[in-house]
Amino acid sequence: MTALLEIKNLHASVDGKEILKGIDLTIQPGEVHAIMGPNGSGKSTLSKVLSGHEGYEVTEGEILFRGKDLLALSPEDRAREGVFLGFQYPVEIPGVSNTYFLKAAVNAIRKYRGQPELDAMEFLKLIKERMKLVKMDEKLLNRPVNEGFSGGEKKRNEIFQMAVLEPTLAILDEIDSGLDIDALRIVAEGVNSLRAPDRGFLLITHYQRLLEYIVPDYVHVLVRGKFVRSGGKELAEELERSGYALFEDAAA
Amino acid sequence: MSASTKTIEEITRRGYEHGFVTDIEQETVPPGLNEDVIRFISAKKEEPEWLLEWRLEAYRHWLTMKEPTWAAVHYPKIDFQAISYYAAPKTDKNRPKSLDEVDPKLLETYEKLGIPLHEREVLAGVAVDAVFDSVSVATSYKAKLAEKGIIFCSFSEAVREHPELVRKYLGTVVPYRDNFYAALNSAVFSDGSFVYIPKGVRCPMELSTYFRMNARNTGQFERTLIICDEGGYVSYLEGCTAPQRDENQLHAAVVELIAHDNAEIKYSTVQNWYPGDEEGRGGIYNFVTKRGLCAGRKSKISWTQVETGSAITWKYPSCILRGDESVGEFYSVAVTRDAQQADTGTKMIHIGKNTRSTIVSKGISAGRGQQTYRGLVRILPTADGARNFSQCDSMLMGDKCGAHTVPYIDVQNPTAQIEHEATTSKIGEEQIFYCKQRGISEEDAVSLIVNGFCKDVFRTLPMEFAVEAQKLLEVTLENSVG
Repeated sequence: MTALLEIKNLHASVDGKEILKGIDLTIQPGEVHAIMGPNGSGKSTLSKVLSGHEGYEVTEGEILFRGKDLLALSPEDRAREGVFLGFQYPVEIPGVSNTYFLKAAVNAIRKYRGQPELDAMEFLKLIKERMKLVKMDEKLLNRPVNEGFSGGEKKRNEIFQMAVLEPTLAILDEIDSGLDIDALRIVAEGVNSLRAPDRGFLLITHYQRLLEYIVPDYVHVLVRGKFVRSGGKELAEELERSGYALFEDAAA
Repeated sequence: MSASTKTIEEITRRGYEHGFVTDIEQETVPPGLNEDVIRFISAKKEEPEWLLEWRLEAYRHWLTMKEPTWAAVHYPKIDFQAISYYAAPKTDKNRPKSLDEVDPKLLETYEKLGIPLHEREVLAGVAVDAVFDSVSVATSYKAKLAEKGIIFCSFSEAVREHPELVRKYLGTVVPYRDNFYAALNSAVFSDGSFVYIPKGVRCPMELSTYFRMNARNTGQFERTLIICDEGGYVSYLEGCTAPQRDENQLHAAVVELIAHDNAEIKYSTVQNWYPGDEEGRGGIYNFVTKRGLCAGRKSKISWTQVETGSAITWKYPSCILRGDESVGEFYSVAVTRDAQQADTGTKMIHIGKNTRSTIVSKGISAGRGQQTYRGLVRILPTADGARNFSQCDSMLMGDKCGAHTVPYIDVQNPTAQIEHEATTSKIGEEQIFYCKQRGISEEDAVSLIVNGFCKDVFRTLPMEFAVEAQKLLEVTLENSVG
C-alpha cells in the first residue's frame, strides 16, 4: 500500500536560517498523527512546507504524497491533490463572502480532477449539509471570509472548509489555540466526524488538551527542528506531566 | 433568432453605412486648429448658426487659457496643432444582409471591445448608441423609447431634431469657460449622446454607449447631455475601449447631466482605453469633465466609474446639489499599473438645504502605477443640514506603485456633517497563499481579493456592467503580483 504521506530527511529554512533539520515521517491512510513541540521548534514551518508556502525553502530531503513528489507541485495543485491546511491564523478577505470563496475553491478542485463544477443549488446543498458537522452559524456563510469572526469562529470556519473540501490529508496547525473549552469540543467533534479510512490527519499542537478530544494514533515530539521522540497517544500524557524541558535536553 | 442576434444584426446592418473598419477611407481635416476648422466641423454637421457661434466663442476663450498643471500627472506637452479635429467615415451603401456578410474585422473589434458576440445576450434590452470615431452609427430601440417620449440619439441628431432642448441646456452645467479642456471640447466637439426623459417617465431600459477610437492621431471630443425632467429616471451606461496605437491620443469629453425635481440619473462608466505599453507610450490621455446638476428638489445623481484604461486619467465626475434634499453619489474603482497615472475623484457642491452626498473611492495601484484621489466637498452657507460621507481606500500591489489621497473639505455652514474615512492596504501575500491553499489559482485569488475590495462600488453597477467590470479587473491585474 502506498503511504499517504512520506517525509524523508526534510531540511527547510526561512531567510537562510535552518528550521527543520531532518524530519522523517510516514502517515498511512486513516491515521491521525500529532506533532507536539515547544514554541519555535518548527511545527508551523512543517505545515507551511507541506502546503508549499513560498517563504520556506526546502534544502534537502523529499516529500511524497500518495507516491507523488509533493515538492514539485504548486500550492494550489497540492490543495487540488487533496492536501488541506487548517491555518493557525486564518486571514481575512474583506468583501468576499465565505460562500463565494468556498465555491471558487470547490470548483477549482473539481475542475482539476476532471469533475463537473457544482452549480449554485448543488453547492448550497453541500454546504448546508457540512455546516451541521461543525455547528456553523448560517449567518457566517454570507459574511466576508473570516472578517470580524471571533477566534473560535475562525477555527470553526477552517474545519467547515475542510468538511466541504474533503481532503485526503488534513494538516491542522494549532487548531486549538485561542479556543475555550466549548469551542474546542465543537471543533474536535467536527474533526472526529471527518475521520475516515482513506483520510489522514496531521495535528500540530502545543498542548496535550486537544488530544484528549481527538485521540491520535501516533505522537511525535518536535524540538529544534527534529523529532526527539515518537510514540502512541500515551506520549502526549507523558509530555503533559514532564514538559518539554526533558526533551530539549535530549535534542541539545 | 435570439433577441441578441437580432440586436447585432440591427446594429451591423444599419451601422455599416458609415463603415467600421480601419481600412475604410476617412474624411479627415488636416491636423491643426483654427476658426476655419471649427467652421468646417460645424458645416459638416449642418449646425445652426447659434451653435457655430457658441463653438467660436469657446475657441476664442480657449486661446486665452493655459493647460492645467495642478494634477499629479506627468506627460509630454501636447501639441494641439498636431491633432486632427474631425474624422467621419464615408458612407458605404453596401450593407451586409446577414451576420455572415459582416466584416470579420468588425466582429473582432466587438471582441476587443469586450462584447463578444456570444455574450450579446447582455445587450438584449439595452439600447445601443455606438459612437465609432466621431459619428454615431447606430441607434436601436429608438422607436420603443419614442413611445414614452424619451429622446435618445446622437448629439448631432439632437441638434437637428431638438435644437430648442440642446440650446436650453448645452453648457449650463459645464460652461465653456469652466476649464481648458471643457473649452476645447466646446469648440470642436464631434459627437456624443443626447438623452431627454420627459416628466414622470422611468426609462424602461439601460441606455448605453460604446465608444471606439479607431482613427490614428485623432482626438476625440465627445459631448453628452442628459436631461431628466420632473420625476423621471434614467440609467445610462458608458463603456469604451480602444485598439492599440502608437501616438498618444487625447480624449477630452464633456458630460452634462441635469436632474429636475424628483428626477434621478444614474451614470455608469467602464473605461478600458489603451493604457499604452509598459512605459505608457501610445496610451490614451483621458481628460474629461463630467458634471451633474441636481437642479430640482429631491433630485438624485449617481456616478459610478470603473477606470482601468488610459495612460493618464484626469477626471472628477461631480454633483452640484442645488435642489433642496437632493442627493449626489460617486462610486469609483480606479486601477493603475505599469506607467499608468490617474488623478481622479469627485466634487460635491452642496447648495440646497438637507442635501446629501456619498463618496466611495477604491484605488488599486500595481506595477509603477501612480494614483491620486482628489476630492472636494464644499458646503455653501445656504446648505443647512448638509451631510457628506466619504470613504477612500487604496490597495497597493507590489512595492513600486503609489497611492495618494487629497481630500479638500470646505464647510461654510455650521450645521453640516462631514465624515471622511481613508485606508491604504497592501494586497497580502498571506491572503493569496490562503486562497491557493484552498485550490484557487493565483490569478483567481487576486481577482477574488480585488473584487472583494471593490464590492461596494460594483454593487452599484447594473448587473451586466458589473460582470464586465470584474472581467476587466482580472485582465488588467494579470501578473501583477509576484
